[in-house]
Formats: sequence, structure tokens, C-alpha cells
Amino acid sequence: MQSAINRRKFLRTAGVSASALAIGFYFPSCKEPEKPEPAGIIELFKLNVDDNPVGMALNPFVTIEPSGAITVMAHKPDMGQGTFQSMPLLIAEELDVDLEQVTIKQAFGDEKYGRQGVGGSASVRTMWEPMRKVGAAAREMLIKAAADRWEVETKDCSTNNGKVINTTNQESLTYGELVEAASKLEVPEEPTLKSPADFKYIGKSVPRPDVELKVRGAANFGMDMKKEGMVYASVERAPSFSAKVKNIDDSEALKIKGVEKVLKTERTLMKSVLEGVAVIADNYWAALKGRKALKIEWEEDEKLLDSEKIFEDIREKSKTDGIENHSVGAFEKKFKTGDIQLTQEYETPFLAHSAMEPQNVLVDFREEEGICEIWAPTQFPQWAQGEVSKYLGIDKSKIIVHVSFLGGGFGRRSIPDVILEGCHLSKAIKKPVKLVWSREDDTMQSPMRPGSLNTLKGALDKDGKIMALQHKVTAPAIAYSLWGNYDGEKAPGGVMEPIGEPFYTIPNYQSRYVFVDVDPIPLVWWRSVYSSTNVFAHESFIDELAIAAKKDPLTFRIDMIGEKERDKKLLEKLKSASEWEKPLPEGWGRGLAVSHSFSTTAAHVVEVSKTGAALKIERVVTVIDCGIAVNPDNVKAQTEGNIVMALTAAIKDPITFKDGRVVESNFHNYRMLRINEMPKVEIHIMQNEEAPTGVGEPALPPLAPALCNAIFNLTGKRIRKLPFDLGEV
Amino acid sequence: MAAIKLSINGKSYEIDVEEDMPLLWAIRDYVGMTGTKFGCGIAQCGACTVHLNGTPIRSCSTPVTVAVGKKITTIEGVSEANNHPIQQAWVELQVPQCGYCQSGQIMSAVALLEETAQPTDEDIDAAMQGNICRCGTYDRIRKAIHRAAEIKSDNKTLSKK
Repeated sequence: MQSAINRRKFLRTAGVSASALAIGFYFPSCKEPEKPEPAGIIELFKLNVDDNPVGMALNPFVTIEPSGAITVMAHKPDMGQGTFQSMPLLIAEELDVDLEQVTIKQAFGDEKYGRQGVGGSASVRTMWEPMRKVGAAAREMLIKAAADRWEVETKDCSTNNGKVINTTNQESLTYGELVEAASKLEVPEEPTLKSPADFKYIGKSVPRPDVELKVRGAANFGMDMKKEGMVYASVERAPSFSAKVKNIDDSEALKIKGVEKVLKTERTLMKSVLEGVAVIADNYWAALKGRKALKIEWEEDEKLLDSEKIFEDIREKSKTDGIENHSVGAFEKKFKTGDIQLTQEYETPFLAHSAMEPQNVLVDFREEEGICEIWAPTQFPQWAQGEVSKYLGIDKSKIIVHVSFLGGGFGRRSIPDVILEGCHLSKAIKKPVKLVWSREDDTMQSPMRPGSLNTLKGALDKDGKIMALQHKVTAPAIAYSLWGNYDGEKAPGGVMEPIGEPFYTIPNYQSRYVFVDVDPIPLVWWRSVYSSTNVFAHESFIDELAIAAKKDPLTFRIDMIGEKERDKKLLEKLKSASEWEKPLPEGWGRGLAVSHSFSTTAAHVVEVSKTGAALKIERVVTVIDCGIAVNPDNVKAQTEGNIVMALTAAIKDPITFKDGRVVESNFHNYRMLRINEMPKVEIHIMQNEEAPTGVGEPALPPLAPALCNAIFNLTGKRIRKLPFDLGEV
Repeated sequence: MAAIKLSINGKSYEIDVEEDMPLLWAIRDYVGMTGTKFGCGIAQCGACTVHLNGTPIRSCSTPVTVAVGKKITTIEGVSEANNHPIQQAWVELQVPQCGYCQSGQIMSAVALLEETAQPTDEDIDAAMQGNICRCGTYDRIRKAIHRAAEIKSDNKTLSKK
């Protein structure tokens, strides 16, 4: 990662070369493919519609200098998911250059890059074709330039690692030698793409370029950004979300060496504005000490949040019918005629994202120049740009959002609330401000994953097959928390993922949604979003039905997979890879679960043991079908990450509320899985030549139900509420 | 404020900070080395791990004065050419994802390898338990430490020859 200053320099360089040498493309056809995804995913990406008219304008991804130096922009923020490599790699593959020749630079937020937001496991699957077309079009232009110079036909030219070769006489020219002529050519709209058999990098575990930086402490995160003359800010936040500042006594705070100023501040979090008191100091430690010395009187709501009451309300609402989301056959009618009928409820908690890098931003609003410069670890630089533009009342073109590496994101860093808070402070004190949240702020004040209650009803026929199934989701809506979107008629964005429509072939299937208002709790997407809660319920219930039908849970599922050949193969692979039929040692149990989310199917077998007092998670065997694995090692890394995050969510701590406050604050009471609790993992990627699909999230949802199914297999105890304590099963 | 002398990665630095300032902020904000990370501020996550005379400590909860007169090693000083066996193994096994916790992970792992040339899984669990990774790189960390032990012992054999 380049420092902020180097990135600015690059911008100038690019600006100069763009007129003469950089390859610019206009791609009328280069729009992202229609995403046949449930509403939530589309919702996530609709956010930029205003910013980005469909299609990409002059394409700024590739710059080739006459010296031969090639720069490819990584336009998507990297939060550990690997886009810093994957996006440029797709271009480089088709451009036919050696990766060693390519310098990757992180792009700042700009609509010229098309959509830059990262979320919904969408980068590779939506950019798979557009990014390759960028590379392929550049290659075709370079070939044309060479053919013109040699006065041969383009079919007599080929390329190899940054050179065009005249195949009739083996003469060659470097891309650098050709770029000026190439840049004057028309950009091919439909360049020919390689066939998968010719891929040099795609499908191979190419080492990620950011890793080397990260092992020597040289990768720049938002936390590491600096600007001359900057001051530090720490904000004492409203103890309950809607509390207002009544009185500030800053006398003690101002006595602390290094503290410059105390001021009331605000954080605009979508439809809410949250209040706080900021301490500005010449170093972070002083700001933090100053904050602790503040005496603030808050005016709080009379009705304060309380977890027990929230879940009582959710439980009460779950008894109502809500709205129908999707229906095949006639559930109500058929359910009653089943040989065996089963109804169960499953509860999942509110959760914090807890990325390792606490929230932060550096903002330099130079009001007299009308420029706002921002350095931020953000998942959505353009969204931030748009919101800052509205907030400060200046044009988007005057807002520069530099993107650092993100120390984890998981959805939390899509929302620009922290950036807006930084803008408020920089505007107020007329200085560059480095705003750093404490871990407590991050845990207690961030928008979070909603809790939910899922009610499932199922009926088996006389052969033990599922004849009718209903899945009712009772949950707060993220879309409502963010935008106030809920019309009472349609399930709001994403809440039914991925069980809105049946995964299995079930003749009578119905999904329903019951809305719950939990304002003012701020909500946002959390890795795999509603799939993380809905699949826990769904796949636990499928297991309960398999047990009621006296069938093997894996065979039961395979028998219901119908015409889905890829999913059937995946489950068969899971069977062999996990040695499903091999007897386990005494005191061991196993369970499985599968789901299809973000266009990818993933399934786990979890093995547990109980030889002493506590249960132990011994082994996780995973099979994932994500089409072509662009970087198989990274697919595995993401899957390992999903396993760990799902385990943490299953067996560690929930976010709870008492007297209006979030109870959990830091890693001592909002615990993370640690290395000594890490089971063995074995990950298998299905091999095929289908277009790539998501990998950042799909392996998360089926983990908790696989674990709980394994616990049932071992102990006969069914877990229907997360999280639970392994020591108490 | 007091002039405080620190020895970091073999170099001396003199900074003017409050005596109760945690070593973390002295290193990051005053010395200007940002490889050491802030994660929790209460010694729970290990992102801020540095060595004091070779022993891993949590710099977020260690007052700067405690480090005076001692040898501080940060991620930037783990090796001269970024080729410590731990760093090599970390690259070979592509351990980091977001990478934010990895400076701390590496500092804990380097200390473990100094103490135990061939650590078992149990040794690794014990030594690395204080370092949280939210991206979930634990399986790779375990494998990479075993691999680093191998690299280190190969290096020794080579240097003897």
C-alpha cells in the first residue's frame, strides 16, 4: 500500500499520462451482470445507483508507461477478503502480463471506477467478466498497434508477458513501446476472453501481494494514517443510543496536558443522529484521559432498552402471521394432513462485528478551499463520498476518500457514520482530525446484527418425506433501521435470505416475515447477514425432521435435492470427504448442514466429542462449490474465517441490553474464539468451470446448525438458542 | 511531561511524553512506528504485542516508563531483511487476511520459538492464546509456527555445515 502522499502523486501521474499514454476504455457493455440474488444483496448494491450510472465511463484501471511499467488499480477496498489481489489479477490475466511487472495501487473513491463497495461476497462474482474485459481490450489494442507497425494482420500477432510477438518472424515489441499508439485506437467493446484452459493465474494459489507487507508491519491501515498538523479525538458517547447532552463539565478534562478542546459532537448514522462529547488533544492518550475526566449530564429516554423485553416482544410478535414472502403448493392445507407434524422455535442474538481495527478516520476539511480529504478504512468509499457531500454541502468532486487497508470489515465498515463524525469534528475545529474509537465504542456503539426468532413448521408423509414446510422469520429489519424502509407488504431487503425460497424440493413451502421495530438499536449487515440466523434455524429443523423420519440426516437431504446436480455432487463429496459412514470413536458425534447463499453452496460436517466435562469441537470438514476458484488458497482462507466467525457466534457472547446500554464492552465479556479452541479444518473445493460465485460469506451460515446437529447426535440434546456454552451442554 | 529514552530495535529515541502513557502510544504516535497495533486497550487481544528484553508484553497496558532501560523489539525489528523464520512461514502459508492482528501474532510466535525450538500444538495454544484473530487465521498460525520451527532448524543445520 502506498502512503497517502504517494497515492496523490500517482493521481497526478495518471492524470498526465491519461491524456497521452494511459489506456482508457469506454465500455458501454461493461455493466455488472444482473444479479439473480434475493433482495437484500441487491439492496446493498443499489446504494451506489445514484452515484454511478450503469456502465463504466473512461476506464482508469490500467496505466502502461513507455518504460513498460504497468500499474493496475485495486478499486475495491480490501478488508482481508483478497480484492487487493483478485481484481488486478483478473485484469492481468487477460492483459497477459507477468504479475511481477504489475504494481497494484489502491484506488480512492471515484465513480470512474464503477461500483467500489465491498459486501455481499460480490466482488469476484460481479467483476469476473468486466475486469477480464478491461485486460482483454487493452491487450487487443496493443496487438493492433503492433500489427499496424509491422504491417501484418492481428492474427499473426500474439502476446507473452507484456510483449506483443510477431508470430511470422518472432520479432517482439514491449507494451511500453506500443502504448502510445495503442491509446489512440478504438476500444474493442467485446474483446475475446481466454478460455479457462489458458488461464495462467486464475485457478492457481498465487501468493497475495499484501501478505508480505502485513508480516513486517508495513501495511497501512486507517489507524496508521497521518497528516501534518492533525489532532486526535476521542468521543464520550451517549450511554443509551438516543440520549442527548444536557450539560458538560470539562474543567478537569481541560487540565490534562495535551488536551486542546472539548466540544459537543454528533454522529449521523443513516436516519439517526447520535450525540457525544469530543475531546481534542495533541495525542490520543491525552484525548482518552481527557474523555475519562469529563462530567456529562445526559438526558435519556424514559423507555430504556432491555434484552429481556426485546425478546419478549419478538416472541409475542412471532405468534402473529406477518406477511407471506413466498409460497409454493398449499402449505396450510397440507401441513394438517401430515403423518408427523413438528413445530419448533430458534433464537439468535444481536451481535457486534468486532473487527480487530477499532473504528477510525482521518478527516481534513479545508473549508476555505472547499475540499474535504478523508483517509478511511471503509467498505464503501463512494457511499461515504455521497453522504459527506450531503453533510458538508460540497460537491462530491471536492471530496477525496483515500482507502487504506481495512483491519476487518464484516459489514460494519459499510456505513459512513464514523467518517461523518470525523467531518463534523474537522469542520468544527478547522484542523485535520484523527478520530479513534475505543474498543468499547466499537462494541457498544456500532450498528449491529439483529437478533431474531425463527418459527418452523413441518409435516412428513407416511414415507418420511417432507410434504410441507413453513419458515417464519420474526426479526428487526436492517433496511428499516437504516432507511426506514418497511411498507408492511413486502419482506424488506434480505430478511428472508436464503430461505425465502426452498433449497430442497418440497412440494408445499411457505416463507413468512414478521416485522419487529427495535429502534433506536442501530442495525447493519453482519457477515452473511440474515443467512447467519435463518440457516441456523432452517438446517437445525431439517435435522429434526430427519430424526423424526428415522432417516440418516445426510441421505435425507440428498433425497430432497432434486434436479440440483451441483448440490447433489457437493453433498456426495461431503459424504466421502468426511467419511460420514465410518463409525466414530466412543464419545464422539457428528452432524451436518448445508446452505446456498451469495450464489454459492457450502456444507460442513462437524465432529464433536465429550470425554471430559466439556464438549470439544474436534473437526470441521467443509465442501464448497463457488464455481471457478480464482485463488483456491484464498477460498480456503475465507472459508476458515467463516468457520471461526460462525463458531464464535455460536459458543461465545451475545450483545445484550440493560437499562438502555449495551452490556458487553470489550474482549473480556464479548469473547472471541481463541487458538486453543480452534478445531481441525479440512476444506474441499468442488472443481468445475462455472463462473465464480461468492466466498466471503457462504460457509458461515451452515456451521452453527452443523455443530448443533452434531451435539444432538452425541448427546440427544437439541440446541435451539444461540449462543450456548460448550461447558454446559 | 518528561524526556523519556527508549531503545527500540537497537536504536535510541528520546521522546517527551507523560509518564503514564502506554508504551503503545509512545511507539505509534511519538516514535512514529505504526506496525504495532491498537486493538482493545486492556491487554485482551494481543494486537499491541512487543518484546521487552525478549519477553512478549502488551504495550497498550504497559506504561512507557516501564520500558526505559530495556530493549524494546517491535514488528519492524524482528529481522533485518524481514526474513525471520516466522515471517517466512507466515508468507509461505499466507497466514494474514486483513492482517491487523498479525504484528502481534508474529511477536508472540517469535518469542515462542525463542523459548521452544520445536513447539507442540499444546505449546502453541498456550503461547498464542492471548492473541485474537477475528478473520480466523488460527489454523494457519498453528501450521506456520511448525513450519517456522522447521525453517529455523534447517538454517541451523546449514550454518553448521
